[in-house]
Amino acid sequence: MENENNHIIPYKTFLIILAGLIVLTTISVILTQISLGTLTVAIALLIASIKSTLVLRYFMHLKFENRFISFATIGVILLLASVIILTLMDYLNR
Amino acid sequence: MSAIETHRDNLTSKFGMWLFLFTEMLLFGGLFIVYTIYRYKNATAFHLAAEELSVAVGTFNTIILLVSSATVAMSITAIQKHNKKIAVVLLCITILLGLVFLVNKYFEWGEHLREHIFPGSNELALRGHGDVMFYGLYYFMTGLHALHIIVGLVLLVIITISVTKEKINSEDFVFLENGGLYWHLVDLIWIFLFPLFYLIT
Amino acid sequence: MSTQQTKVEPSYLEHKGKYKGIFSWIFSTDHKRIGILYLYSILTFFVIGATVGLLMKFELIAPGKTIMTAQTYNAFFTLHGIVMIFAVVIPGLPAVFGNFMLPLMIGAKDVAFPRLNLLSWYFYVTGVLLVIISQFFGEGAPDTGWTFYAPYSFRTAGNMLPAVFGAFVLGFSSILTGLNFLVTIHRLRAPGMTWLKMPLFPWTLYATGWVQLLATPIIGITLLMIVAERIFNIGFFDPTLGGDPILYQHLFWTYSHPAVYIMILPAMGAISEIIPTFSHKTVFGYKFIVGSSLAIAIVGYFVWGHHMFTSGMSGVALYVFSLLTFLVAIPSAIKVFNWISTLHKGSIDLQTPLYWAVAFIFVFMIGGFSGLVLGSLAADIHLHNTHFVLAHFHFIVFGGTGYAFFGAMHYWYPKITGKMYDSRWANIGLLLFLTGFVTLYGMMFYLGYKGMPRRYYDYDEIFHSANIISTMGSWIMYSGLAIIIINLFASLKNGIKAPSDPWGGKTLEWTVPSPPPAENFEEIPIVTKGPYNYK
Repeated sequence: MENENNHIIPYKTFLIILAGLIVLTTISVILTQISLGTLTVAIALLIASIKSTLVLRYFMHLKFENRFISFATIGVILLLASVIILTLMDYLNR
Repeated sequence: MSAIETHRDNLTSKFGMWLFLFTEMLLFGGLFIVYTIYRYKNATAFHLAAEELSVAVGTFNTIILLVSSATVAMSITAIQKHNKKIAVVLLCITILLGLVFLVNKYFEWGEHLREHIFPGSNELALRGHGDVMFYGLYYFMTGLHALHIIVGLVLLVIITISVTKEKINSEDFVFLENGGLYWHLVDLIWIFLFPLFYLIT
Repeated sequence: MSTQQTKVEPSYLEHKGKYKGIFSWIFSTDHKRIGILYLYSILTFFVIGATVGLLMKFELIAPGKTIMTAQTYNAFFTLHGIVMIFAVVIPGLPAVFGNFMLPLMIGAKDVAFPRLNLLSWYFYVTGVLLVIISQFFGEGAPDTGWTFYAPYSFRTAGNMLPAVFGAFVLGFSSILTGLNFLVTIHRLRAPGMTWLKMPLFPWTLYATGWVQLLATPIIGITLLMIVAERIFNIGFFDPTLGGDPILYQHLFWTYSHPAVYIMILPAMGAISEIIPTFSHKTVFGYKFIVGSSLAIAIVGYFVWGHHMFTSGMSGVALYVFSLLTFLVAIPSAIKVFNWISTLHKGSIDLQTPLYWAVAFIFVFMIGGFSGLVLGSLAADIHLHNTHFVLAHFHFIVFGGTGYAFFGAMHYWYPKITGKMYDSRWANIGLLLFLTGFVTLYGMMFYLGYKGMPRRYYDYDEIFHSANIISTMGSWIMYSGLAIIIINLFASLKNGIKAPSDPWGGKTLEWTVPSPPPAENFEEIPIVTKGPYNYK
């Protein structure tokens, strides 16, 4: 953590990640144009989650940051997911 | 002693920024709750309404934001490498891409507004409940997102000026990092908005 | 302790900075001054809210119109709720005692972001001003209740927009305070103060900070949706457009339930400070109190549906929320055991703060048990929206947060002001207040059980005598409050000078002079032992 200021991510890394993100975007567009029924949304969201993880870990530096921040980020996402699920649970059973 | 204090300040400042990002995630999160419920209740209407949006423009906008995220991240590398000029160029590209995004949004919204599809309009109400919910969410969520883009752009402009004046430099660039984090968040939100509005056909 | 050159540092009250007079207060970034700014603001709004409440009770002393019209009554209970919830008990302990004491208790010179701290207060003032404005213009004061339920909240003619926006801005104040405290606790603890050596009040501020941070944005966006309904007819909660009013309730309570933990956790923290000090004994089960505070913060996020049992939710939702509600009571109960065990075989010093703490345990338990009653589905069908609910939350929120606030006020009064309060008047005030409180709100349990609805301007004759008793209780309580508050102000002038540690407390705030110097500590202390180190 003392070396945090000294840790430099090379330009190349960012460009590789960017390429990955664009590929994933393209895949999600193509896959959702094919009619896969209820799976369509699930796949789209899965790919979005992978993209977010890449942005969080590399662009937002979480991979090299204090572990607690990653832990908290995951906690926030889980919290939001739980609230959505609990609310949906009401509507699913009406 | 002072180096440790400055270092501590940087981590403190960054930690504070992350906590602020969490509040933004929950703010949009509330809208995702609403989206989930109304999509569940109006699945077919959402499918059909989504087809009225242009996947091409949506994809283009997504890629623009992804590139802009890369450029602002790279500007940090540039600053760390004492490369002021490259940092400024990368930041300017980021800002430009953000503006292009907004222009695209303007045209997208314009199309719908011309057809009188907006919250509160008769045309929208006549289309049925599912459409009202879809477009209500569309305008609210992309509108709130656009507002955040504008705030992000203002921040980036201030940061770019600070870089040129060397108030942000290789010794102290926490302001750039924090501004970058905010911009990435805006990108993250769009990464989810895009499939939920454009790809659920 | 005293150096050869006895240069006594001026206290934070006398400290000369860049600004003079009132500006040295409203532009100050000193956490202690900001705490005082909040204290005066919150006290002001508490008195306003209490007076509105007093008038409401007077209206209810007899059926039919007594002193106001039905519309005014509706506006009054709306204002009473908005002021008490958003402007008093939510900021409450964190904004006043958190701001003043947190840095002192963890051995820091200030919070992590002092300017952000001042901004929080500015947001607070702006928010309450907006709420006040909503009372006086246009079509009349809001009459929806503080809960702003849809669809009425977007159909009523009243001044919803300033009130809703005021609540939104107050939310920002809360978020920034929570953010500041979280970073402060993570980054600014004194060397040697590991997490498990931190006192319990900071621990509860930590748990509360996460709730402030993560729950408040939800009501933020929900209020924005109400604005969108009123201005743009967006339809999210409008049944005629496909919206669901129950979804509004889900969103509203997803924040507003965790909000009650914002109210109660720091209160429990203050009680956890007072009890060991006046028992001269270390707190029993420190780790359990820490764990239960965090558990309350987390589990409290998932119980919101118990405010909606009769709204039309699905059967599955009813069962799930009822079960979770019972679960969240467990950590609260653990704390009560810990406090009582701390008192047991302690060397008890009978002082005003301890009286408040013991009274807290009494009313909090009544409030808590009544919460379990309401959490039971079958009982709630009958009790929802009756005076039973009113009794429950006044016992647990006013009783809980309110009593802890007064306890903390008396506990830390010497430290904050450098004076001792008059304990005779303090105790008389407390006794009068407690008597009035129990009468006023105790009768409401009975009224609710008998079926008297809440937020009703009028009522059936069968409820009359109980209402008379309840209203008289409000007069006794208000008199007690007056004595307490007047005593606190009078003691500012007449009180004897306070030493650094009048109570024999063992936490760091008692090691600095009363009142503290502007920088808190001459040297940041190095901590070797845990808190409450009594031998």
